[in-house]
Amino acid sequence: MLNSNKKTLMHKLNNEKVAGYIFILPFIIGFVCFISFPMLMSLIFSFTKYDILTSPKLTGLDNYITLFTKDPLFWKTLGVTMFYVLFSVPLRLVMALLVAVLLLKATKLSGFYRAVYYLPSIIGSSVAVAILWKRMFASDGIINALLQRIGIHSNIAWLGRTDTAIWTLIILAVWQFGSSMLIFLAGLKQIPVYLYEAATVDGANGFSKFFKITLPMLTPTIFFNLINQLINGFMAFTQSFIITEGKPRNSTLFYTVYMYQNSFKYNKMGYGCAMAWCMVLIVGSLTAIIFMSQKKWVYYESER
Amino acid sequence: MRSRKIRRTTKHIILHIFILSFAFVMIYPVLWMVLGSFKSTPEILQSAHRLLPESFSLDNYITGWKGFAGFSFGTFFKNSFYISITATIGTVLSSVIIAYGFARCDFKFKKFWFGCMLLSMMLPFQIIMIPQYIMFNKIGWVGTYLPLIVPYFCGQGFFIFLNIQFIKGIPRELDEAARIDGANIYSIFIYIILPLIKASLVTSAIFSFMWRWDDFLAAMLYLNKPGRYPVSLALKLFSDPTVGSDFGAVFAMASLSLLPIFIIFLTLQKYLVEGVAVTGIKG
Repeated sequence: MLNSNKKTLMHKLNNEKVAGYIFILPFIIGFVCFISFPMLMSLIFSFTKYDILTSPKLTGLDNYITLFTKDPLFWKTLGVTMFYVLFSVPLRLVMALLVAVLLLKATKLSGFYRAVYYLPSIIGSSVAVAILWKRMFASDGIINALLQRIGIHSNIAWLGRTDTAIWTLIILAVWQFGSSMLIFLAGLKQIPVYLYEAATVDGANGFSKFFKITLPMLTPTIFFNLINQLINGFMAFTQSFIITEGKPRNSTLFYTVYMYQNSFKYNKMGYGCAMAWCMVLIVGSLTAIIFMSQKKWVYYESER
Repeated sequence: MRSRKIRRTTKHIILHIFILSFAFVMIYPVLWMVLGSFKSTPEILQSAHRLLPESFSLDNYITGWKGFAGFSFGTFFKNSFYISITATIGTVLSSVIIAYGFARCDFKFKKFWFGCMLLSMMLPFQIIMIPQYIMFNKIGWVGTYLPLIVPYFCGQGFFIFLNIQFIKGIPRELDEAARIDGANIYSIFIYIILPLIKASLVTSAIFSFMWRWDDFLAAMLYLNKPGRYPVSLALKLFSDPTVGSDFGAVFAMASLSLLPIFIIFLTLQKYLVEGVAVTGIKG
């Protein structure tokens, strides 16, 4: 009797339907405990005043009303973040694409170049590089020293001016184009050679080959990269937090840093949760718009 | 015919010179920091444009290593290794197990859970950090390493996805053959699948380690005693002017903090790129 029980248990465990759940069990636990439950709590907290020390007090839509109508910094930080994303994402993608195309032509040593261009992406989000960047753009830093070398006398405090500080962060983001470049390289290698051969026969030059073949064939890769970079861009934190600390006059204060300050510096957890949900809605709808636009500009070969 | 060849070669050389000088510009800041860590602080300031130090000195490393608040950087490095390695082991193991479930088993609501997995992949940490903090604070995990490690034992979307792609590349005929020989769903995973996706496991481990090593926000949220700080957080505090350290020492410790990443990066390149001139990478 016992033996047959054991047998049916073994038989059940070996059934795909049961085994599947056993395998993905860690994910289910994690998704429920560390993602769904916190997200749900966050939605509830966003309608409360909560300083983590005393229990939360329900305040209805107060947090959202304050955000939209009484908090100029909400709009300011949103604007700063948008500006950062608007310039850093396209610049990074263009740079990644250009270098990928160049590297494809330089077959010799391309592995070495690839490594060098990829390195900044690997270390770019570290505290060490943030510290380095702060030092580089200081008024007695290397950027001014190098400018002096080539005859431009400059003692600009790059990090101290509202018109330049944000650009130091954008440059840091563009500097990390390597990972996108690798994805583009993989995409470029997928493009069948006969397309180029046919174009050559038809007398196309390099430029028209690039715009008529390379670019359209790469649109799925560009699409994937764009969504990825967009989310990353909106979530940028360390750069603003360490390099500029939001200064000067909040011109580099990123949305995520302001959210962090509200929640952990001023203990306004409810307010922070409301900010997080606004961010979910903004990034979510932007992603949705790009997704819907893909029919217009993303080229999938199988559709033809 | 010959002039065309010459023209092509010159074009090629110009291309190489351009790519090489651009690569140099790209890497210049890092070189400046690493080589600067061997200069004295006044020399870093005065000769900002010169890369090589007048004489290599380890003074910055000796002062920097002493750390702050009574803890040397030895402690911080030990903490970083502990957090990164445990979280990486957890995330690699759990992610491959989860991936096998998704790739090879058919079960109810699979599509739903797969959707949840994609969602978790897109959801950034910053969005859930506040409620997670409140939760970990309630159960008394703040101040410990648990919030930095335990969630990673539940798999990470990116690595689950990566492993699924790799497992799907293994022909199902192998599974069938093993099943005929009496293997069950679990032994197929251990004896057939795992040995065949070593590359994907290594890739996951490398990325996971580097991300955990760099992580600074979560450490800042959850750790409150300097003795428990990882290098990333310690470095941030070390560089704050209030701690009063010279930035020669900061450069030294910053360079040192990148060393594990550099080492991994070089070995990763060796794994991934075949036929690359090894001297080129080393140089």
